[in-house]
Amino acid sequence: MQAHDEFDPGDTQHGLPHRDAVGGFGEEAAPDSEEAGPLVRPYVIAQGRDHADAVQLDMISVVIAAKRAEVDEMALEPEQLRILELCRRPLSVAEVSAHLDIPVAVVKVLLSDLLNRGLALARAPYTAKSPVSRDVLQAVLDGIQRL
Amino acid sequence: MASRDSDPGPEAPVPSALKILVAGGFGAGKTTLVGAVSEIAPLRTEEMMTEASYGIDDLSGVESKTTTTVALDFGRITISPSLVLYLFGTPGQERFWFMWEELSEGALGAVVIADTRRLETCFAAVDFFERRGVPFVVAVNCFDGAHQYEPDEVREALSLNPDIPVTLCDARVRESAKQVLLTLMNRVSEQVAA
Repeated sequence: MQAHDEFDPGDTQHGLPHRDAVGGFGEEAAPDSEEAGPLVRPYVIAQGRDHADAVQLDMISVVIAAKRAEVDEMALEPEQLRILELCRRPLSVAEVSAHLDIPVAVVKVLLSDLLNRGLALARAPYTAKSPVSRDVLQAVLDGIQRL
Repeated sequence: MASRDSDPGPEAPVPSALKILVAGGFGAGKTTLVGAVSEIAPLRTEEMMTEASYGIDDLSGVESKTTTTVALDFGRITISPSLVLYLFGTPGQERFWFMWEELSEGALGAVVIADTRRLETCFAAVDFFERRGVPFVVAVNCFDGAHQYEPDEVREALSLNPDIPVTLCDARVRESAKQVLLTLMNRVSEQVAA
């Protein structure tokens, strides 16, 4: 992997390194030393299910707990109750994952179960299949301008 | 905004989300830039990614895969009650290419942060967005004490098309980070119009 070991990143005296127009190379400056953490627990929470039944959710699908829904607490995982609690206001899948410290993939599984039970609602993000309109682009531009 | 499908009712409008990616090498200032414009302190999420093994002969026909956990920092800008923009700092190293694939799906565009002390750490991201046709701009993060380069020197070093904007920025400063996003949005609009 380290094809360019000889390159000294601290040396900028000789100008900038040049990228090959095709290919380039990815120096692994500092591999993330993030501990992988225990993987068993999330799969236990998700009851062994995987991505397969969570395909419709994206990392930025926005989710909200359904109002007036009757929640049978005994039928749900504790993490699902926490998700419903958290999603009284609309939050993305990524935010739910960050707040509850549960990996995105697991949140998707727990959420799709809640969606199937009618306890939560999700709105799909804009995708390549639903191209962003000029109005939306202008709204984003104006929104950033207001920052 | 007109309601789209699965509207939960007037009392609980669910906004649609958009995303912009912020790519660059380790320590280039991705999370700093996200934090400078985000309305929330950047959040961290972990995504478990399945990476098909690549470049290894597969004799048995059994797919060989490894699972990697990748941390992503992101921020949020509420544009309107019906629209939320998320900014995702994406791991810059080439070994995460499989992840960019998923992340870039549906992204409005990308900011590639160039750190002139280690310019090569953004090569892979430039390659990726170029090949994918994802609208992007290059923001040169001006670190204190780093040798200052002109945008054109960076453009040349990156072999960029003349129409790709290259701007200098200080990722810590909101106004500066905001200008980078505006440059990107103008680029996105141009590309949509083209």
